[in-house]
Parts: sequence; structure tokens; C-alpha cells
Amino acid sequence: MSATDDVRPFARVLTRASEMRARRLESGAAGDRIFKLLTGAMAYLVLILLAAAAFSMFWGGRLAFSTFGWKFLYSAQWDPVARQFGALVPIYGTVVSSFIAIALAVPMSFGIAIFLTEIAPGWLRGPIGTAIELLAAIPSIIYGMWGLFVFVPFMSLHVEPWLNDKLGPSPIIGPLFTGPPIGIGMLTAGIILGIMILPFITAVMRDVFMAVPDALRESAVSLGATTWETVGRVSLPYTRTAVVGAIFLGLGRALGETMAVTFVLGNAHEFTKSLLMPGNSIAAAIANEFTEADSPIYLSSLIALGFLLFIVTFIVLAGAKILLLRIGRLEGERA
Amino acid sequence: MNLIILRRRIANGVALCLSAMATLFGLFWLVWILWTTVSKGAAALKPRLFTQMTPPPGSDGGLLNAFYGSFVMIVMAVALATPVGVLAAIWLAEFARGNRIGAVIRFINDILLSAPSIVIGLFVYELVVRPQGHFSGYAGALALAIILLPVIVRTSDEALRLVPAPMREAGLALGLPHWRVTSKVLMRAASAGIITGLLLGIARISGETAPLLFTALNNQYWSADPKAPLANVPVVIFQYALSPYDRWQSLAWAGALVVTVFVLLLGIAARLLFKQRSTR
Amino acid sequence: MLKTFLAATALVAIAGSAFGAEITGAGSTFVYPILSQWSSDYSKLAGDRVNYQSIGSGGGIAQIKAATVDFGASDKPLTPEELATAGLAQFPIVIGGILPVVHIAGVPAGKLKFTGPVLAAIYFGAITKWNDPIIAKINPGVPLPDAAITVVHRSDGSGTTFNWTHYLGQVSGDWKSTVGEGTSVKWPVGVGGKGNEGVAAYVNQIPNSIGYVEYAYVIQNKMAWGSVMNSSGRFIGPSIAGFQAAAATADWAHAKDFDLVMTNAPGPKAYPITATTWAIMYRHPKDAARTATALKFFKWTLEHGQPQAAKLDYVSLPPALAKRIEAYWAAEIK
Repeated sequence: MSATDDVRPFARVLTRASEMRARRLESGAAGDRIFKLLTGAMAYLVLILLAAAAFSMFWGGRLAFSTFGWKFLYSAQWDPVARQFGALVPIYGTVVSSFIAIALAVPMSFGIAIFLTEIAPGWLRGPIGTAIELLAAIPSIIYGMWGLFVFVPFMSLHVEPWLNDKLGPSPIIGPLFTGPPIGIGMLTAGIILGIMILPFITAVMRDVFMAVPDALRESAVSLGATTWETVGRVSLPYTRTAVVGAIFLGLGRALGETMAVTFVLGNAHEFTKSLLMPGNSIAAAIANEFTEADSPIYLSSLIALGFLLFIVTFIVLAGAKILLLRIGRLEGERA
Repeated sequence: MNLIILRRRIANGVALCLSAMATLFGLFWLVWILWTTVSKGAAALKPRLFTQMTPPPGSDGGLLNAFYGSFVMIVMAVALATPVGVLAAIWLAEFARGNRIGAVIRFINDILLSAPSIVIGLFVYELVVRPQGHFSGYAGALALAIILLPVIVRTSDEALRLVPAPMREAGLALGLPHWRVTSKVLMRAASAGIITGLLLGIARISGETAPLLFTALNNQYWSADPKAPLANVPVVIFQYALSPYDRWQSLAWAGALVVTVFVLLLGIAARLLFKQRSTR
Repeated sequence: MLKTFLAATALVAIAGSAFGAEITGAGSTFVYPILSQWSSDYSKLAGDRVNYQSIGSGGGIAQIKAATVDFGASDKPLTPEELATAGLAQFPIVIGGILPVVHIAGVPAGKLKFTGPVLAAIYFGAITKWNDPIIAKINPGVPLPDAAITVVHRSDGSGTTFNWTHYLGQVSGDWKSTVGEGTSVKWPVGVGGKGNEGVAAYVNQIPNSIGYVEYAYVIQNKMAWGSVMNSSGRFIGPSIAGFQAAAATADWAHAKDFDLVMTNAPGPKAYPITATTWAIMYRHPKDAARTATALKFFKWTLEHGQPQAAKLDYVSLPPALAKRIEAYWAAEIK
């Protein structure tokens, strides 16, 4: 039997099959178009949502912006009775407390991730991983309340006097650690924030460390690298993009956190360099004062603060993306 | 030679020791906070916590209406945010991987993710509560949905992008239309990651107080009508914990403990699901 | 899964049933405990449910102006002009007191005496040490330490702060002109605690500190309060009698729409830092039935609410004031 003898019946089948497929493809094409439109619409909805939220904050804050102008950004005045408001103290407090949170959370997360992926025996990984995730499950208001009733007394009785004595007199960082040991302040708030964002960063780091191809790690080990060197010189560079992304997401969470800091930051509208003194953050200021604001300019100033937080977050995240792009280009990766 | 190896070994030992200490450090905070929560809430950890309504000060009671209201709002928020979030993530992963508009939307999504929840609450207040003229559970659910949405978008996007290209190509090579490939093949493959993201988002919104204060308010009584103020756990915790009455305070801490345990159980369920799916 | 969600939501919406009337109020945190107790008792008697939530006095005013609630509650009264412009009416619902509390070793509750100007000077930062001669003069024999005073105030906006600063403004011209009064002010010195509980917590933790908290918190937390000299020159401590005396002698007859802050009230037995909270409603409400329900509730609290108020360390309004309020309703709210 030659090939050509079989072609004709097959050809009929094939033609019908291709007709059917063509028909299916047509409907598929229409379906695809709807699919692309629908999903695209949802994606643009995210865009619109943020734009709407940011715009409504801007609109609510327009009275403050028009009254105070650029001075709103650098004035440390906050006088509800005289109706003079400035955003410097809340912005400063937001940035400082978030920075402390990251400075605390990143090394800890890194350590815990290494422990979970390299050191812990298999049976221990699950429970400890769950325990760390439990930190994420605790509502943020509990962090605030625990902070107020338990952690603040601890800080004021045991930690802050020590800091005052040992670090207060030092030359450069001294002014950061002076002040009466009342327990509340940017340091306390930063520590609590750090514990709050710790589980998020840890979870991502652990997941990406585990995703490093065994071949890469084994090749390092076969060259005689210690565990630490493997992690530091192979796993970390491989996962650098994701790790930096996780850090900046944790940072984003810290910047916007309301309840955990409201209780322990002190809501003082005075600009101080010391970390042991009460300060303010944008989210805490809004949470503390919004429901009692009694003049339109007061309300508008608080909403303007909310808008400014969008701007701060934008700047921080943009910085992260640029950093990632630069690292990516150096490594020859795609963004 | 020996000296160098010794130094590297010491460095290794120190690093591993530090990482073990870091773990202990993390666990220490957890134990401390949980211990505080349990000890302060112990007085209210009785069966009536789940069977009675929020009481006036000085009387015993439970948190039934708050648990129910929170549950209803979370269910509604999930119903609202999940389809939108997953569809948006599909678009990002399938049609906008390397291009500019995809990068922009992902960036915008991250900003929304970091937005303070109180700002979202104010936004929904202006959008829904003020025109409608009353607080409502629907407004609360909407605020929670807006907080949940960027979490779902981000995690689903990552999960879909991780699906290996050959799977996608195989589906297309079989002649399936793109949307069929996505729904039948990609979604199944990425389902574990998507569900984990959803559960992380639920963990986040179960503890959010500020947005509910401006949208759903709270309700002292049994309320099952989402058109009106709906009782919810975070606001009850907020009001009761700062009161001078012992019974209210222990109810607040007990409520917090229940929320924590609930989220933990969800997380464990997520991991079990993941294990099931990945053992193929 | 989606179908299950939708079904659950629909079921939930249908399941929402009406018991009696349900009305909503929001505002002052100060009255939250007593209103929730009254509401609970009233609902058992009359079936109507009054759902009151504490979102702050400013929030209460904002919500009633936006008509998202049936009544608002505020620790700070609106002026008759504001009320007229917005078409609102206001009336007092309950009384409470604000006390200075201290944390000094060897000084128990009731031992320390203050005058108004002394309190103002402490909060202004003019008096910085406990053993300052001015304090020692009015407290002979009390062991005052040579230590700096840590001032504790509120970090959040609050009606308690409003009444406290109003009082300080009445007794100190410096305070009135420099700091003024308000739910939130630019405090010259001190640290801020969140809520009455926060202030109480800080005073309890920080030695040689002073703060101001509501009467209920002082009693429940067993704090060391100090007595304050009233306008008749007598040192009065916190007591139901002292608060009611202030409410009785305050000049309600000349206060249109009850726009009167009772601090530094005249009368020999009056406690000087007594405060009231006002309920705010529409004069000609869109939904008359809901306002009528609210008024019925408040009438019940005026006539039958004393026992619960006493149990929770609040003070119900003196009978003369209650009559005045009921007359006001008849005249203003239709």
C-alpha cells in the first residue's frame, strides 16, 4: 500500500476536521477577544481605583494645600486651636519608624529564613514556619494594645534608662537616645512595626531560598563552600530581586500601618531628633485626630496628610524599582 | 591554609548561630504577645463567647454578633475582590508581561497594597456612606474588598507567571483558544499559589479596624442586615479594650485570640491544600 | 464556589429581620458605656434598639450633619448659630467629672490638693517640680518629692480634653490666650496617651506624673486623684453629689440650646471640672418616626436611668434640668 492510496479518505476526514477546527477557532477568537477585554478591564480597574482614592484624598486636602501652600510640607507647626498645620513631624515620624522597622526586620528575617532552609531538621520546619506565620495572623490592633500595656512599661523600666546611660553621651548618635524614659516614642513604635512585618519578609525569603535550584547550591558545596558561604554567595544573589521586592513590600506595610503605632507613638507634634521621644506618623495622626477634628481646615489637613502618604509610598516604591532595575541590568536579567 | 579554613569555619558557625538566635528572637515575641492575649482574655474564654451578643458594660456576654458580622463582610469582600483580582492578574500575566503598561499597573497595585487602611475607609465613606446617608455592612465589605484586591492581584500574578511555558504552549498547540487554556490549564496549575494569596489577604482584612469604623460602624445588637451598621470584631476590640471595665477588656482580648486562631487555621488549611496539589 | 458565595450573601440579606425600630447614634466616647447599658435595658422593655457607637465627638457632629445617623453625641456643644444653620437641636444627656490623677510615692487618693491656676501652671510648664513652693503651700504636710513633673495629656482628640482645657482657660488667662481650648490643642509640655485608658496607663507607669481622666476610669483603676478648689474656694473631691451640685447651679436658664460648658460652676459644693455630653438631632427630621423613637429613649433615660448611671459611675441629670430638656423637645423638635 502506498501513501497516496490512503490519502483520499483521510483527506475527507482531515478537511472536515479542519473545517470543524476552523469553526472552533473562530468562536475561540471571539472568545479570546472577550477574554482579553474582560481581564484587561479588571486590570485597568485597579488603576482607576488607586487614581480615584488618591484623587479623593487630594480633593479633600485641597483646602489645606491652598491655605498653606508648600509650607505645609516643611512646617512643624500643628495647632488645632490656632488652625495652623504642617506635615513635617508626621512625615518624619513615618519615615523614621518605618526605617527602624526595616532595620530590625530584615536581618531577623534573613536569619530565620536561613535557619528554616539550611539548619532546621525537616520535622522542625513546619512548626516553626507556622509559628512565624502566626505573628502575621495577629490583628494589628493587638500589637498596639500589647505595646501600650506590656511593651511600653518594659521599655521605660528596663531598656530606655540603659540606652540613656550608655548611648546618650556618645558623640554622634547620642542625641538620638536622650530623653526621659517614658517608654513611648519612635523607637518603641519602630520595634513593634518591625515585629509586625517580620513574618511577611520571612515567608517570602524562605520561599525563594527554597526555590534556588539544587544544582546551583550543590555545585557551591562541591567546591567546598560552607553553608554560610553558599547562602551568601549563591542563594542570595540568585534571589536578590525577589528579596528586595519583599523588603519593599514590608516597608510599604510599615509606612501605612495605623493601629500598631497609634497607641505607642505618643502623637506629639514636636520635631525631635531623639528616638526616645514621642513623635507622630501620618497614619497615626489621622487615626487619632480625624474623628475629633472640629474645623474644615483641620479635617482638610488630615486628609492632605493621607494624600502625602500616597506620595511618600510612591517615592519609596519607585526607588525600589529603580534599584531593582539597576541590579537587574548589572546581572543581565530581564526586569 | 589551615588558618583560612578555620576562619571560614568560624564565620560559618557564627552565622548559623546568629540565625538560630534570630529564630529564637522571633519566637520570643510571638510567645510574649500570645501569652499576653491569652492571659488577658482568659476570663472571657467560655462557650458564651460564641453564643451571646455584645453586652453592656458590667454584664457578661459574648461576641456572637461581632463574629457573624465580620464573617459576612469577609465573605462579601472575598466574593467581590477575588474575581476582579484574579482576572486582572490573568491579564497581567498573559498579556502584559514585559511591556510598559503592565509594569505601570503592577507598580500602581503595589502602591495600593501599601495604602493605609484608614485612607481606604475614608474613600469608601465619601463614595458610599455619605451619599447613601447611613453606615452599612455593604460599605464595610467594599472597603475590605479594596484592601484585599491588591494582595490577590500580586500573588495571583506571581503564581501565574511561575507556570512553566511548555504547559501554556501545549494547550495552545492542541488548538484550544487562549481563554480555555487559561481557565482549564493555567488556573489549575497556579491554584495553590492563588489560594495562598487569598488566605494571606483574608488574614490581613480580618484584623482591620480603621476602615470599618467609617463604613460599617458597628452594632450592639444582633444584626444580619448588611444595609445597616453591622457588628464586627475589630471595632468591638477597639472600643472594649480602651474602656475601664474588666469584662469588656477581657472580651476584647478573647476576641483577638479567636481572630488569630481563625487566621492560623486558615493558614494551615492553605498549606495542606498546597501539599495535596503539589504531590503529583 | 462563586455560586456558594452569592447564595450565602443572598441568604444573609434575607435573614436580616426587624425586631422593633432600630436607630443609630454615634459620637462621644465618654458616654459610650452608659448609652450602651441604657440601650440594652431599654430594648428589653420597649423593643426598640438604639445602636450607639463611639467614634468621637467630632465624628458624631459630622455624622449627624451628614444625616447618616439619627442622633449624634458630643462632649462639646454647638453654638446656637451653628445649630440654627444646620437645623439641629441639642440637649444634655448625662454628666461626668474629670479628675487630675497623680503618681507620687506616699500620696494616696484624695491627699493632694490643687487650685485651678496651679493645674494650669503645671500643664503650661511654668511649675516643673513637685516640691515647688506654690504646690507646697496648699499642701502642708504632704511629702512632695524633689522631682520633675511628667505631664500626661491625651494624644487623640477628645471631649475630655475639651472640658479640661476649657477649665484651664477659665482659671488662667495665660492658658486661654496661648493654648486655648479644644478637643486637640498644642500642648506646651508633656506626653500623650491614647484614650483615657492610655493616660491612666502612663500615669500608673511613670513616677511623678500627673494626668487627667474621667471619673469612671479613676474609680475602676483605683487611681490617686487630687481634689480641686472650686470657685467658692473649697477643695472638692469627686463624688456624685459634687457633680450634681455643679449641674444644678449651672446657669441653664440663660443658655440657649443648652450651649453651656459647666466647668468652674458656681456653688459651694460644686466640683469644678464637671462635664456633660449633648445629644444632637434634627429639628424637623426627614424621618419623624426615627427621631420620635430616639426621643422616647432619651425620655426614658431621663426618668428611669439613674440606677444604671450610678452603677457605672456616671451622674444622671438633676430633675430641674430634666424638665427643662423635656420642655425644649416639645418646643423645638417636631
